Amino acid sequence: MSPTGPNPNWFERWVLDFIPSTANALKDLLGHGPDWLAYILFALIGGFIVVNLPALLTPLFIWIERKVLARVQHRVGPNRVGPFGLLQGVADAVKLMTKEDLVPDSADKLVFNLAPLMAAIPVFLVFPVIPYSARATLADLNLGLLYIISITSVTEVAIFAAGWSSNNKYALFGAMRAVAMLISYEIPLALSLMGVVLIAGTMQLSVIVDTQRYMPMILLQPIGFIVFVTAVSAELNRTPFDLLEAESELTTGYHVEYSGMKWGVFMLAEYAAAFAYSLLIATLFFSGWKGPLLPGFVWLAIKVFFIWCVFIWIRGTFPRLRVDQVMAFSWKFLVPLSLMNVLVTAVEVNIQANQGWEFFPMWFAPINLVIAVVLIVIMSKLFKFEGQTRQVLPSRMGTIIPVTQAAERAASKAK
Amino acid sequence: MPIKTSPIIVNIGPHHPSTHGVFRMRVMFDGENIIDLEPVFGYLHRGTEKLAEERTYAQIITLTDRLDYLASMSNNLAYVVSVEKLLGVKAPERAMYIRVIMAELMRIASHLIGLGSFLNDLGALATPWMYMFREREKILDLCEMVCGARITYSYMRVGGVSMDLPPEFMGALRQFCDDFPHRIDEYEKLLRENEILISRTKGVAVLSAETAKNNSLSGPVLRASGVNWDLRKSDPYEIYDRLDFEVPIGQTGDTYDRFLVRLEELRQSLKIINQCVKDMPIGETRLKLPALIRPPKGDAYGHVEAPKGELGFYIVSDGTIAPYRLKIRAPSFINLTALREMTVGYKLADLIVVFGSIDVNMGEVDR
Amino acid sequence: MYGLGLLKGLSVTIRYAFKKPFTVQYPETKLKTQPRYRGYEFVWYEDRCTGCASCAKYCPLGIIKIVTKRAPEANIGGKYALDIFDIDTGRCMFCALCVEACPYDALFMGVNYERASYTRGGLVVHIDELRNAKKMPSAFLRPNLEVQAGKYTEESSLNPNEAGR
Repeated sequence: MSPTGPNPNWFERWVLDFIPSTANALKDLLGHGPDWLAYILFALIGGFIVVNLPALLTPLFIWIERKVLARVQHRVGPNRVGPFGLLQGVADAVKLMTKEDLVPDSADKLVFNLAPLMAAIPVFLVFPVIPYSARATLADLNLGLLYIISITSVTEVAIFAAGWSSNNKYALFGAMRAVAMLISYEIPLALSLMGVVLIAGTMQLSVIVDTQRYMPMILLQPIGFIVFVTAVSAELNRTPFDLLEAESELTTGYHVEYSGMKWGVFMLAEYAAAFAYSLLIATLFFSGWKGPLLPGFVWLAIKVFFIWCVFIWIRGTFPRLRVDQVMAFSWKFLVPLSLMNVLVTAVEVNIQANQGWEFFPMWFAPINLVIAVVLIVIMSKLFKFEGQTRQVLPSRMGTIIPVTQAAERAASKAK
Repeated sequence: MPIKTSPIIVNIGPHHPSTHGVFRMRVMFDGENIIDLEPVFGYLHRGTEKLAEERTYAQIITLTDRLDYLASMSNNLAYVVSVEKLLGVKAPERAMYIRVIMAELMRIASHLIGLGSFLNDLGALATPWMYMFREREKILDLCEMVCGARITYSYMRVGGVSMDLPPEFMGALRQFCDDFPHRIDEYEKLLRENEILISRTKGVAVLSAETAKNNSLSGPVLRASGVNWDLRKSDPYEIYDRLDFEVPIGQTGDTYDRFLVRLEELRQSLKIINQCVKDMPIGETRLKLPALIRPPKGDAYGHVEAPKGELGFYIVSDGTIAPYRLKIRAPSFINLTALREMTVGYKLADLIVVFGSIDVNMGEVDR
Repeated sequence: MYGLGLLKGLSVTIRYAFKKPFTVQYPETKLKTQPRYRGYEFVWYEDRCTGCASCAKYCPLGIIKIVTKRAPEANIGGKYALDIFDIDTGRCMFCALCVEACPYDALFMGVNYERASYTRGGLVVHIDELRNAKKMPSAFLRPNLEVQAGKYTEESSLNPNEAGR
C-alpha cells in the first residue's frame, strides 16, 4: 500500500482500510497459526474483490458504449430492460448462458474450449496492480507497468488459438490478422510508455501517480499519449483498427464459430480489457485517482468514463483501415514517433538530473507540445499510405472452377 | 526450403453481412490477395419476367416494385414509359412532373442507402448509415403521403399516376428540399476529407472508361469512369429536356470517384426537384384508358436512368391483355459484370468496399 | 492531411451526441400514418357491393375469393348476395388494384397496421369480419376522404354515406 494520500477521507478510512484491517484481524485470530496463512486469506479476499468487481462493472461498460454510440448515431439505444436499459447487460448474460453451446465438428475441441478462458484470464490479472485510490492497490508491484504490458500480450495467443481451432476460413483470416497486427502494435504500446517511465523513474504505478501530483503526464508526454491511445485501440480491436472482427469483411473474424457463453466470455474479456486500458490511461496520463475535493475513486471513475467516451466517439466516426495500412501505420509512423519521443524525454530527464532539480520542471510541457506538433507534422509528411499496389496475376485468372463444373466433378466423384 | 502454400477458396455469401442481400462470391485467395473471383447469382430469383407474361399490363406494375426495392418508383416509371411507348400515348403534363419528382426522390433515397452501406462496408460502424437512413425516412414519409406505401408503391399507372398529389405534399416537399442541402454538407464534412476513407478508396479498383463501356455498365459507376452518359441527357424522357441540371462525371474511375459522383448526384436531384416544384402545372394526372389495356401487336423498348443505371423494359405485345414477352435490362446485374476485373489483385477488404461502391440491389440482379 | 479530415468528422458526430434522437420507441409512441396509408382491415360496404367480383379479377395474386348467389328477395334491386368474401391478407401486397377496380366504391383500403397472427389462416379476413369491422377507410384512390382519413381515432367508424363516393 502506498502511503501517499494526504488525508484519508471516509471512504478510504472505512471501506478501503477494511481489507487490511480484516487481514490484521484474521492474523490476530490465527495468531497461533503460521504468518503466511493470514496473507493467503487476505490475498484471496482481495483477489476476489479485484477480479469480480471489474467483471460486474463490465456490463455497465458495455451499456455505456451502446448508449453513447446510439446517441452519436442519433438514436435511442438500449432502453427496455430496467431504468434506461441499465440491466441490458444482465439480460444479455442470461440470454447467452441459456443458449446452446455449439462446438463445430471439425474444430480442435481442446483449444477451442480453452481459448475464451485464455483470453479472459490475463485481462483480469491487470486489475490488481492498478491504484484505485490512495491506498487501494492489491499488489503494488514495483514493476507494475512491465507486468501489465507482458500479461496483456497473452491475449494474442488466445485470439490466434480461437481463430485457428475453429477450422473456419473467416476465423483463420481473423487469426492471421491478429498475429500480424497485435504483435506489431505491442511495440509502439510499450515504447510510448517509456517516456512516462523515464520521467517517473519507476514502473510502480502508485509512484507514477504520485509524480503527477502537480501536472498530469499528458501535458509532459503528448506524443506518448497519442501513440499509446492509438496502440490501445488497436489492441482492443476497435475501429479504425478492428481488423480482427471486421464485421463487414470477416463477419466477426476469430470468434465467428463461438456461440453462447463462450462468445460471451470473449466479449467480457474484450470489454474488461477496455476497462483495464481506460484505467491505465487514466492512471498514466491523467494523474490517476488524484483530484481535488472528491475521493480518489470518484475521480478515477470520472476520468475512466471520459476516456471510454472518447474511445466510443472514435469508434462511431471512423471507417476501418486495410491490413497493410494498419501495419504500415504501426511500423512507419508510430514506432519512429515513439522512438523519437523516448529520445526527447531522455534528453530532458538528463537535463533534470544534471541540474539536480527535484521535480521534472513544468516548463517542459509547452516545449514538449511544440515538439509533438512539429514531429507529427514532419512524420505525416514523410508517411503516406502507399497507393495500393495491385498484384494482378493474369496467369491465375480463371483458375477458379465455376460452381457448375465443381458440382459436376463432385457428382462424378460420388459415383 | 520454401514453405508450401496453396490458395484457398472462400465462399463470401450468400449470408455474408456485406453482400447486400443474397449474393455469393467464390473467391480464391492467396493470403489476403484475391487471385480469382466468380460471382454466383440467383438466390433471389422470382421469375419476374415469366410472371409478367400472365399478368395484365396494370398488374405488372406491382411486379416492378420488387425489382430494385429501394427505388420502386423508378421501376414503375421505366415500365410505364415502356408501355406508353408501345401504346403511343403520352401522360398528361402534370403527371409527368409528378413522376419526375418521385423518380428523383427515389434517386436520392437509393443513393443514400448506396452511400450508407458503402460506408458501412468500409467499417464506419453504422453512423453514416444511420444519418442517411434518417433522411431516407423523410423521403419515405413523402411517398407515404402520396401513395400510402413506403416501399412497394405501385403508384404510377399507364397514362399517368394513380392519384394526384395530396394538398399538404408540396409544403412537406419544400421543407425537405430546404433541409436536405445541410444534411449533404454534413455528410461531406463527416467523410469527404476523412484520411482513412481516402486512403482506402483513392486509386483502388480503377475502372477505365474503356472497360466500363465494354461491359456496358451504366449509371454512377459508368459516369465515375469519366463517360458522360446519362439517359436523362442523352435520350431525354418525360420532361427532362426542359430541366436544367448537370451530370457529375468522375475523373479516374476509382472507388473514391464513385463515392463523390453519388454525393454530387444528390445535389443535382434536389435541383431537379426544386425546378419541378416551381414549374408544376395544374391539370389532369391520368389519361382515360381502358382498365384492361390491349396494346397493338408489336414491341417497344423504354428505358430510364434509374438510380443504379439504365433500367429498360422490352415488351413484346401480341394484342392480348398480357405481354407476350417482357425483358428487363437490370442495371445492377450488368454493373456486376465488371466486379471480377475490378477486384482481382486487390485484398479482401477492398473486395467488400468495391462491391459496396458498385451499389447493387439483389432484387434487381436476380429478378 | 495531418488528420484534419478525421477531426472534422469527429466534430460532426459529437454534435449529434447531444441532440434528441430522431428514432422513437414503437409501442409507446406511434408515428402517425398518412391519410392515404394503405393498410389492413379492408373496408367493405355490403350495401354497395353487387358481387361483380371485379376486385377478384384485378387482384394480381388472386387472393380475393367471392361466392355469390341470387338474392332471394327481389327487393334489393336484383343484385347478387354474397356468401363468401375472403381476402387472404397473408399474401396481399396492398397494391390497391382491387380498390381501383371496384366500380361501386364498395371496397376501400384500411389504415391499420397491427394485425399479427400466429397462423396463416388467421390472416384471412372473412366476410363476417369485414361486415363487423370498424370502418376506417383510407383515402387512397378515394380523394373525397382526404380530410376525414387524417382524423381517425380508435373509435371511428364511417357509415357508407360518410365515406362518400
